[in-house]
Amino acid sequence: MSRETVLAAIRRGLRRGELPADQRAMLQARLAKPPRHLIPARSQLPRPDQVTLFVRNVEKEFGTVARVPDLQAVPDAVAEYLAAQNLPGDFAMSPHPELQSIPWAKRPMLQIREGRASETDLVSVQHAFAAVAETGTMMFPSAAERPTTINLLPDTAIAVLRASRVVGPYEDAWDLLRAELGEMPRNVMLVTGPSRSADIEQTLELGAHGPRRLHVVLIEDDPAARAVI
Amino acid sequence: MLATSPQFKQNAKKALADAGLQKALAFSKLQFMARRSAAVANLPEFERLREIGRDIKNHALANLDFYLEQFAANVERAGGHVHWCADADEARAAVLDICRNAGARTVTKGKSMISEELGINAHLQKNGITPVETDLGEYIIQLRDETPSHIIAPAFHLNREDWEAQFRLSHTDLPADRVFAERRDILTEARSRLRSKFLAADVGITGANFLIAETGSSVIVTNEGNGDLTQTLPRVHIALASIEKCVPTLEDATSLLRLLARSATGQDFSVYTTFSTGGRRPGDLDGPEEYHVVLVDNGRSAMLGTEFQEMLRCIRCAACMNHCPVYGAVGGHAYGWVYPGPMGSVLTPALIGVDQAGQLPNASTFCGKCESVCPVKIPLPKMMRHWREREFERHLQPAAIRRNLALWAWFARRPGLYRLATRLGAGALGLFGRGSGRFKRMPFAGGWTGGRDLPAPEGETFFARYERRQRNAARGRA
Repeated sequence: MSRETVLAAIRRGLRRGELPADQRAMLQARLAKPPRHLIPARSQLPRPDQVTLFVRNVEKEFGTVARVPDLQAVPDAVAEYLAAQNLPGDFAMSPHPELQSIPWAKRPMLQIREGRASETDLVSVQHAFAAVAETGTMMFPSAAERPTTINLLPDTAIAVLRASRVVGPYEDAWDLLRAELGEMPRNVMLVTGPSRSADIEQTLELGAHGPRRLHVVLIEDDPAARAVI
Repeated sequence: MLATSPQFKQNAKKALADAGLQKALAFSKLQFMARRSAAVANLPEFERLREIGRDIKNHALANLDFYLEQFAANVERAGGHVHWCADADEARAAVLDICRNAGARTVTKGKSMISEELGINAHLQKNGITPVETDLGEYIIQLRDETPSHIIAPAFHLNREDWEAQFRLSHTDLPADRVFAERRDILTEARSRLRSKFLAADVGITGANFLIAETGSSVIVTNEGNGDLTQTLPRVHIALASIEKCVPTLEDATSLLRLLARSATGQDFSVYTTFSTGGRRPGDLDGPEEYHVVLVDNGRSAMLGTEFQEMLRCIRCAACMNHCPVYGAVGGHAYGWVYPGPMGSVLTPALIGVDQAGQLPNASTFCGKCESVCPVKIPLPKMMRHWREREFERHLQPAAIRRNLALWAWFARRPGLYRLATRLGAGALGLFGRGSGRFKRMPFAGGWTGGRDLPAPEGETFFARYERRQRNAARGRA
């Protein structure tokens, strides 16, 4: 069987047999409690600066951000953004309870279809699980209430993110994921800006196979982070 | 894939005379270098992260059997399947089997170098299954029936005109007189062509930048989103990965990811970094129902415990080839197999034999730039030297090289004679080269001066100058 062939070849190369029990136990312990390595200083900031760094990095990567005070303000922010981009008001939305609790009806022009995205959807609204200030990256773990196609198929992707969910480095986001979800979801996407390609003469063009636009609606639910605005 | 590495010299000659290729190389190579250096300058911890990256991969390789077993157990716990494959034949058979069981007619593909190495496309085609490359660069390469010339920018050798011409040739249902005013128009046409392919495919095949033992995840890093569509829309996802991609934890992968995009494209982070773990879960509205990892050795384990073990740290960022003067002059196809540039010059002889690829480790000026930019500090020049030694031991070099080396060795073992000969040589060349400081032509060295000038010695040997300095220094002290 090839499994044994491959493992035996590796051990032959490493000039040893199977690892002894004590060493296996040591490696098991490393897996159970993963050590953190050097974390760059750039995201080790007071809360307000961390959120500002996130926003700056999203914009650096060609995304856009609208900061709103609470969930009540999201429909206006989305409607205004779509109008400004000359986009229709209908979109596919993840069936996430937090998104469902938004009072969308106050903007009757917005037509919402809950579920996964299909190839005909021009716009989608997704729920961001967390975000990483270090590089302006959002984390989208797949779940029944957070389909993956919502991140990918529409031309314009909108993400609703709470400022309280913005962390400094990626490692903090992994800790949130471990603590709140327990196991690794089927798919975890870390998204930094809209889709792009530099395959034609190494020159950057936005809008490859994923969304051409990425817009973040950032809810200022974190009093510590709000201090600066 | 049939290697043309034994014809490296002819390949290189052809490449140097290829005006289109030279234009593409001149345009592209500086961009990668400038972007990487800006990204590195923006992260003060970069040098320390390189050491950490090196140590993580060393730890993973030293315990590779353990971590692969953990990885496989965690894939299976998440409902996925692992197919262990000792060589390319087994890997091709495993992929075909999965596709057949899925009743696949078309297969979409994310960019994967191991897929090139295994020749997956040809094998699927031979068996009646149509593979569709979806990465923009890979897409045009497939249309042109070529191989990638760069490990992260497959169409590195093409100019915009080549793209337009190929799209007109291949997309015959579109108006022939359509205008490609901007690069964006080319991209948009490819996007709309491939949309329907993504939706129609039965199986999606991606590579893997990392495998994570802790969680049983495969990780891909892309900018276009094609890899994500490939692994999300079809009913079956196959992740192809060689064994050395395995790292212990999410934290380990994270540290390496901080190095990867900066070294590769000069981005702080790629647009999509995606972790896949098993198939669709209860309640999921999308995602593949089946998740398979085809885990391939194909020559890697034989590198463990040799002077080439450190090559297995490679995270395929392409910084080495982006900074290599030889790659920059001849491009990727001249190397004649899957992996070009310095990493290819070390890896290719290990995977297809030094008798096939012996010319590659010789195609280096040993300038050391590759090692200095490698995110996991692989001593590439040292390993190319090891290959040259092996080649010499096995009498694989041409007779003229062996004869000249023997002549040099004869002199080198007779220091008095050696110094006399070099003094006469350096003196004479210094005399003739006075004025310009260089030779445009040299008898018996046309191969060298055909492509570049030979700098003229200044008339004195190193030994002579060293001795003079020592004497002067001693006088100064006295």
